[in-house]
Amino acid sequence: MFNFRLEERTNTPSWMFFLSPFLAVIISLFLASFLILLAGVSPIESYFQLFKGAFGSVNAIAETLSRATPIILTGLAAGIAFKAKFWNIGAEGQLYVGALAVTFFGTGLIELPSFLMIPFLFIVGALAGGMLLLPLVILRNLYKVDEVVTTLLLNFVVVLLVSYLLEGPWKDPMALGWPQGASVIDQGVLPQLIPRTRLHLGFMISVFTAFAIWLILAKTVIGFQIKSVGFNPSASKHSGIPVMRTIVIVALLSGGMAGMAGVTETAGLKGYLTLDLSPGFGYAGIAVAMLAGLHPLGIILSGIFLASIYVGADAMSRAMNVPSYLADVIVALTVLCVLLSIIFLQFKITFSGNKS
Amino acid sequence: MIIDFLEILFTTGFWAATIRIACPLIFATLGEVICERAGILNLGIEGIMSIGAMVGWMSVFLGADLYSGIILAAFIGGMFGFLHAIFTVYLGASQHVTGIGITMLASSIGFFAFRIILPSSTTPPKIEPFQELHIPILSEIPFLGEAFFQHTPFTYLAFVAVIFVFWLMNSTAFGLSVKMAGENPMALEAQGINVLLVRTIAVVIGSSLMAIGGAYLTMSAFDAFYFGMINGRGWIAIALVIFASWKPERALLGALLFAGLDAYQVRAQQLVGAFIPYQFFLMLPFLLSIVAMVIAAKRTRYPKALLVPFRRGERH
Repeated sequence: MFNFRLEERTNTPSWMFFLSPFLAVIISLFLASFLILLAGVSPIESYFQLFKGAFGSVNAIAETLSRATPIILTGLAAGIAFKAKFWNIGAEGQLYVGALAVTFFGTGLIELPSFLMIPFLFIVGALAGGMLLLPLVILRNLYKVDEVVTTLLLNFVVVLLVSYLLEGPWKDPMALGWPQGASVIDQGVLPQLIPRTRLHLGFMISVFTAFAIWLILAKTVIGFQIKSVGFNPSASKHSGIPVMRTIVIVALLSGGMAGMAGVTETAGLKGYLTLDLSPGFGYAGIAVAMLAGLHPLGIILSGIFLASIYVGADAMSRAMNVPSYLADVIVALTVLCVLLSIIFLQFKITFSGNKS
Repeated sequence: MIIDFLEILFTTGFWAATIRIACPLIFATLGEVICERAGILNLGIEGIMSIGAMVGWMSVFLGADLYSGIILAAFIGGMFGFLHAIFTVYLGASQHVTGIGITMLASSIGFFAFRIILPSSTTPPKIEPFQELHIPILSEIPFLGEAFFQHTPFTYLAFVAVIFVFWLMNSTAFGLSVKMAGENPMALEAQGINVLLVRTIAVVIGSSLMAIGGAYLTMSAFDAFYFGMINGRGWIAIALVIFASWKPERALLGALLFAGLDAYQVRAQQLVGAFIPYQFFLMLPFLLSIVAMVIAAKRTRYPKALLVPFRRGERH
């Protein structure tokens, strides 16, 4: 049916690595434009509206960056896990337990001055996210229970737990019947970066976290071990790297950063926990990480890009009457195009006339 | 009190519900069994079920008959399976990431198309779904008849599918090739059989079954399509495949057992609903799936070539 061979490239020019994500994005936008045509409007006009909605004003840019905040964190969560070939698809659930931790500690149980309260909330959020992943990691290491499925399944359990808490014991009686948690105390609320916008300190923290992860991966022993385990687990084992321990550390870091995304949304964006806190930020993180080639600093850029698609799509949807689900289509196409680019970077494809 | 809990098992409603809940899982699990037996993990399952549910329902809504709806759903599912195969079989891309990408793509295209065709519908419109078909004589048997033989034709189709897949995998040359493609693709290639083609066909057939499982929800179990209606059933099916040791007959057993527990919890909920919030009952299917995987872990033997891309002429 297909007569082609994949020949491994001996060396891939570095400009190709740099250019490929951009090409992947352009191809995704091109493919998605066929769906816009189906909606009966002009793709160019629609993309213009999308761009304007994401970057057209200070307020739009602030909105894009505030949307990027949790996506960068879940992107880092997926990025570091995938680097070690640990398939944590549970960032959505870990995000919500981070938000639960904020609601538990940050709504009056503990009161500290702001400069202590905010770091404290991030620490408990990260711990909660990491802890959620811990039993699954143990199941994987001891019994080889596939973490893809268990992390995916646990997302649903956590969301139901949040639903129970918000309708039951943790429901804010002041919220006029809406299922939402109590408000985070003033000392714990992340300050705004630009007045009268929704951009908050969380964005700086997510960027800072990306740099921290980059340093860990590039400069530390554990960073080297993580990359090595992902590259070749059995060789790592033979060369004396504690594979199990490395995976546990990866899981704690990964779950921790997803938990931090829950903190930025609860203590930064909304001020309280709601059931629609995350419209799939955990899954978007996978796309972000892939688009960045799992590179922590690249994740900052790809996170902002994906956020701009989501924010811009809402504006486009209003202006052009194209369903905002288009954003999800673009994101999905990006994931697949990036996969293609990875193949083309690794292999040269040669077509042969007939099977030899 | 204990009597009340036991009594549930002696109601026809419980057994009939078990069958209904099992059907989408049966189709989906069978589909995933075929894919994984050929060596390809298909995490596109959740999205493929979603678009199957949409396409089946939409076809009928736009005037097709019910059976054409099933066929169209299967066709779309097969197309997404083909896309998955191009990436994972021919290009050897990461099966995990491709699958997640396919799930994102299939469900978002489904939602997008639904909104294009029905731009503003707050209450989802309904179709006339499959009606109960009482099987002559059998449906007259007391208790058993009402529990097992008064279902829709789509429901019976699920059980036909089990027999079909069992036959396909165990009694045909194709089934043997599929199993070899997942265990020892080199040996299959040595016999002059195209491993890549076998894997592709397996993924396409498997994905069609998943889409049919999704369509069951909108065309037999319910009569409307709404967003998020697959609600993790695809992921549960992936867990069931492991629980079923990649065997179609055990997939049936697993799906029935699982559905039975689910049907039971709904009824038990009515007995203790005042004491235990409903969310904890809804968590059970997901927690049970994890437990099932842990139980199965000890005897789990994955197909040897699962997740391993096959490249022609390459020695492993």
